[in-house]
Amino acid sequence: MGSLIAQIVSVTLMNLGSLRRRLWMSLAMVLASAVVVAILLAFLAMAKGFEETMRGAGSSQIAILMREGSSTELNSVILQDQVNLIGESAGVARDANGPLVSPELYVIVDGIKKSSGTEANIPLRGLNKTGMDMRTNMQLVEGRMFTPGTNEMVVGAGVLREFNGFEIGKEVRFGKNLWKVVGVFSTGGNIFESELWADIKTIQSHYNRGNSYQSIRTKLQNDSDIKPLQDSIEREPRLNLEVQTEQEYFASQGKQLQYIATFGWIISAVMALGALAGALNTMYTSVADRAKEIATLRALGFSNFSAFCGTIAEAMVLAVTGGLLGSLAAFVFFDGLNTSTLGGSFTQVVFSFEMSPDLFLQGAILALAIGFVSGFFPAWRAARMPVIVAFRHAA
Amino acid sequence: MSEDVLFQLKNVSKNFVKGKEKISIFDDLNMTIDRGDFVAIMGPSGSGKTTLLNMLGGVDQPSGGEVWFDGTRIDSLSEGALTRWRAENIGFIFQFYNLMPMLNAQRNVELPLMLTKLSKAQRRKNVETALALVGLSDRAKHMSSEMSGGQQQRVAIARAIVSDPKLILCDEPTGDLDRATADEILEMLQLLNRDHGKTIVMVTHDPAAAKYAKRTLHLDKGQFVQREIVA
Ligand SMILES: Nc1ncnc2c1ncn2[C@@H]1O[C@H](COP(=O)(O)OP(=O)(O)OP(=O)(O)O)[C@@H](O)[C@H]1O
Ligand SMILES: [Mg+2]
Repeated sequence: MGSLIAQIVSVTLMNLGSLRRRLWMSLAMVLASAVVVAILLAFLAMAKGFEETMRGAGSSQIAILMREGSSTELNSVILQDQVNLIGESAGVARDANGPLVSPELYVIVDGIKKSSGTEANIPLRGLNKTGMDMRTNMQLVEGRMFTPGTNEMVVGAGVLREFNGFEIGKEVRFGKNLWKVVGVFSTGGNIFESELWADIKTIQSHYNRGNSYQSIRTKLQNDSDIKPLQDSIEREPRLNLEVQTEQEYFASQGKQLQYIATFGWIISAVMALGALAGALNTMYTSVADRAKEIATLRALGFSNFSAFCGTIAEAMVLAVTGGLLGSLAAFVFFDGLNTSTLGGSFTQVVFSFEMSPDLFLQGAILALAIGFVSGFFPAWRAARMPVIVAFRHAA
Repeated sequence: MSEDVLFQLKNVSKNFVKGKEKISIFDDLNMTIDRGDFVAIMGPSGSGKTTLLNMLGGVDQPSGGEVWFDGTRIDSLSEGALTRWRAENIGFIFQFYNLMPMLNAQRNVELPLMLTKLSKAQRRKNVETALALVGLSDRAKHMSSEMSGGQQQRVAIARAIVSDPKLILCDEPTGDLDRATADEILEMLQLLNRDHGKTIVMVTHDPAAAKYAKRTLHLDKGQFVQREIVA
C-alpha cells in the first residue's frame, strides 16, 4: 500500500503541528532527555580522555621494568646491581656511552589544585640524562633543564595548568627541601605532563633512598621485542623483575578508568528511568489531547498503524531533539575541559575530556531508546482509540 | 437485493454492557437505503441515532444481525479492512466539524486523498474542485480558527466529498449553527444529493432540517415508528 508512508508522514506532521498546545510538557520531555544524554556523554568523555592520555604516554620502543608483583612504580624497589645487570642483558639498545638504561625514582609530593584549592598528590620523578633522552616527544617549552646535583626541577605543562605556584622562578617546599622551578616541559599532552622532574641523585639523597630505584626504562634493540630481555631476566636469579613495554603498561593503567564509562551508563540509565516516567506522562497526555483528532482521522480511513507511528514519531522527535541539545551542551561544556584525577599511582593525572563521534552515537542511542519506550505504550493507546470518540458531543 | 439498494440492515441488534446491566438499544432493526436517497433520521435523545449512524459507517459494530453495503457484508470485516472500506466509500460530516486545527482548509480537505494513490497535482485539483463546490475557494489557506462555524462545516463537507464516496453520513450537521447558516448547509447537502447523486443519511433533531431530506425515519425505543413521510 503506497499510501502508508504518506499516511504516517501526514499524521506525524499533524502531531508535531499540535505540539504548541502541549508546549510546556513537551519542553519538559526535551529537557529531561537532554540532561540524561549530557550526563552520559560527560562520563564517557571523561573515560575516553583519560584513556587517550594514558595511551599516548607509552612507547613500544621502551620497556619498563619493576619488581615482580608491583603493578605500579610506587610500590616497586630496584637496586643498583640489578640496574647494572639489566645493562648487560640481551635486547637492550646501546649507543657510544653504553646501554640505554634509565633507572628512575618516583616519589609523591603535595600541590594545591587551582580548581578546588585542595591538596592533591603530584609525582616527583627523579631521572638522569638517558631517561630524558629516551622520552623523544619531550620538549622544553620554557626555561631550561635542571642542573644535576642541584635542587632544581622542571614542571610538566599539566601541573603548571592545574596547580598553584609552579611558575618558572618559583621556589617550592616539599618537606625539608626547597626546590626551584627552572623550566616547563611538554610531552604532547600525555601523562608525563602531570609530573615534576628532577635529578635522580638529589632525590635519592633527600628522600633517603640510598642507591635504590623504583623502575627501569630501557630502550629496546628492536621495536616491541621484549622477548630477549624477558629471557635473560628469567635465567638470572638476582633479577626478580617484570618487564613490559611502556605502551602495554600505560594501556592497562588507562583501562582503569573504564569503570567511569560503565558508571556513566548506570547513572544515566537510572536517570533515564526518571526521564521516562515524565516522558510517558507527556505522551499519554498527548494522546488524550489528540483523542478527537486521532478518532476523526480513523473515521476518515487512516489506519490505526498510522496513529501508532505518529505517536511514536512524536516521542522520538522530542527525545532526539533533547538528545541533540544535550550532546551540544556536553560538547560546549566538556570537550577539551581539563581536569585531573587519581591516576594509577595515587597521583594526579591531568587530562582532557574528549568528545568523539562514537560518544555522540551512544548519546543518540540513549535518546532514541527514551523516545521509543516512552512513545510505545501511549502509541498503543492511540492505535486502540475507539473511532466513536470522533462523534462525542464535546467540542 | 435490487440493483438500487446501497445499504441494508437485517435483524440488527445492539446492546451495551454497563457493569452488570445490559442496555439494549436496538433489537431486530431492519432498514434499506437506496442509491441516491437522502434520509433524515430523527428521534428523541438517547434513542440510538448516533449508534445507528456509526454502524452504517463501520465505526461501531452491531451485536447481532447483518449490515450489507453494495453487496458486501461489512459487519464481519476485520478492523483494517473496515478502515479501508470507510476510506473508499464513506464521507463523514460531524456536528462539531472535526477539522484538524493545525491544518488550513486546503490541507484539511486533502486528508482523505492522502489515502489514495493520486499524485500531488491531482490531489490539488480535486481539493480545488471540492472547495469551489462549497463556495470556499477564497478560503483555501485559512485555518479553522479563522473561520465561522458555517464555513468550517463547509470545509468539512468538502472533505467528505473530495474522494467521491458513495455515501455521506452526517450526525447533526447543523446542530451547532444558527438557522440561516444551517439552511445554507442543508441546501448544499440537497444539491449534492440532487445534482451529484450522493446518497446521504443525516441524523437530526431539527424537523426543519429533516424537510430537506427525501424521507425521514423516526427512531424510538429501538424501532422505526410508522411516521414515515415520503417527500
Ligand atoms: N459506548 C457506550 N457504552 C454504553 N452506552 C452507550 C454507549 N454509546 C451509547 N450508549 C447509550 O446508547 C443510547 C443511544 O445513544 P446514541 O448516542 O446513539 O443516542 P442518540 O440518539 O444519538 O442521542 P442524541 O440525540 O442525544 O445524540 C444512549 O442511552 C447511550 O447512553
Ligand atoms: Mg447522537
